[in-house]
Amino acid sequence: MIAYALYFAFACFGLALLFNLWHLARAPGVNDRVLALDTMVINAIALLILYGVAEGTAVYFEASMLFAMVGFVSTVAYCKFMLRGDIIE
Amino acid sequence: MTLIAEIIISAMLVISGVFGLVGSFGLVKLPDPMTRLHAPTKATTLGVGGVLIASMIYFTAFGGGFSFHELMITIFLFITAPIVAHFLAKAWLHRNATPADLPPTGRPKGWAGQESVVEGDKSPQRPQA
Repeated sequence: MIAYALYFAFACFGLALLFNLWHLARAPGVNDRVLALDTMVINAIALLILYGVAEGTAVYFEASMLFAMVGFVSTVAYCKFMLRGDIIE
Repeated sequence: MTLIAEIIISAMLVISGVFGLVGSFGLVKLPDPMTRLHAPTKATTLGVGGVLIASMIYFTAFGGGFSFHELMITIFLFITAPIVAHFLAKAWLHRNATPADLPPTGRPKGWAGQESVVEGDKSPQRPQA
């Protein structure tokens, strides 16, 4: 039962990642591109966790933790750049 | 006991998959930038939270021993998602809105990132690079 639910979740998050990529390619503004990138990071975290469950190991936890932190910092840096034209003043 | 855990994990995975898909579909589908901000920052964050809780229950039930380190990522994402949404909204306002579009703040200072330079204002300004 878990295997089928995992397939379903893999399909959902994979499709979601494709939607994000599509939006990243043809978004109307910089703001939307940053938002699409942030959503891509979140979906990638979900896929990593799902892969960890499918394999039955906790090895991918560290990778997803790193993704979460780096994704947050990069989004904030992009927003800071959009706001001020500079990241560290 | 094992069957109950399997049912809970499967339900969590399916629900969170639907949430993640709805969030990303909303990012593509919704009409203007400020409504598009809603879908990923709320629905997708909830979807990932569900996946992480499902993983937590899985490793607690089948992995051996209580596993709560996934909760760390869940809490981290739930704390950072509003911050990201706020930053993106602020950047959009800074780039696309003029002070005339915004409601008054009711304070001496205007909107952050939007305040115009008042004549004789002694507050520190950004140094010219």
